[in-house]
Amino acid sequence: MNTLTLWFHKFGSPPTFHWLTGRLTPWLFAAALIIGAVGLYGGLVLAPADYQQSDAYRIIFIHVPCAWMSLFAYFFMAANAFIALVWRIKISEILAMASAPVGAFFTAITLATGSIWGKPMWGTWWTWDARLTSELVLLFLYLGVIGLYNAIEDRRQAARAAAFLALIGIVNVPIVHFSVNWWNTLHQGTTVRLIGPSRIDSSMLWPLLLVALATHIWFFASVFARARVSLVELEGGKEWARKVALGTGGQHD
Amino acid sequence: MTDFLAMGGYGAYVWSSYAIFVIALLIDFLSPRLRYRRVIADLRGRLKRQQSRQEKST
Repeated sequence: MNTLTLWFHKFGSPPTFHWLTGRLTPWLFAAALIIGAVGLYGGLVLAPADYQQSDAYRIIFIHVPCAWMSLFAYFFMAANAFIALVWRIKISEILAMASAPVGAFFTAITLATGSIWGKPMWGTWWTWDARLTSELVLLFLYLGVIGLYNAIEDRRQAARAAAFLALIGIVNVPIVHFSVNWWNTLHQGTTVRLIGPSRIDSSMLWPLLLVALATHIWFFASVFARARVSLVELEGGKEWARKVALGTGGQHD
Repeated sequence: MTDFLAMGGYGAYVWSSYAIFVIALLIDFLSPRLRYRRVIADLRGRLKRQQSRQEKST
């Protein structure tokens, strides 16, 4: 084996993954909190009020990063589900299943904050608009994956079935993303663009991007925290998990 | 300060959104921690039972 495969196998081995993520997650959570706090301070205090929406637009600083995360988390889950189904890598199964609840949290926040924003701006909490409906379908997909995973007793079989569902559901991701272009929606179109200039003032853009960075870091911290629990649960009979439970041994050679 | 909390009359909307954001992420942060504690306790109990059984048999 070459060094890269060797490294991959080492990182992918449960004891190393458990040890490494244990070291990493506190720092990730701390970084997410600090960056998020700076971003939200910029959004709530430093950024000026919108000329049309006044201060109500400040919901954007959580709504948009969470909406991006709802898609990113799904993509990450489906990618790991694919690896899990094709190469049967245990860590990928666990990572895919760990990202479902985190993605569901971000999707729920997106829907709730969007609804709260919609009431004063559109005059309604909810409308069956293409963007809103497809985002709601996304939430149901997450809940379906979580439900299926918990419904089957054998953990590995459950992960494979749920991974299959996650993979099918990926068709919804481009639908959510392009819904504002494909259909005439009440939801506004894309404001922040990767290609070409964004249609947002820089005083509002930098807090938005900082919060987005913070939610990405948070996502990985939370997924790692969940994955290592599942790993100990799954490998409870093995020597390394015993050492972790009893608090003996350095766990790492 | 009151101006800041009022959010141009949209205070209730803005702050309830931020509250949902913070509470949801707090639950997201706590739930794996609580589960980890339970899993470790279960495993420890299982190992202890195994150990005592082995000691009886020898």
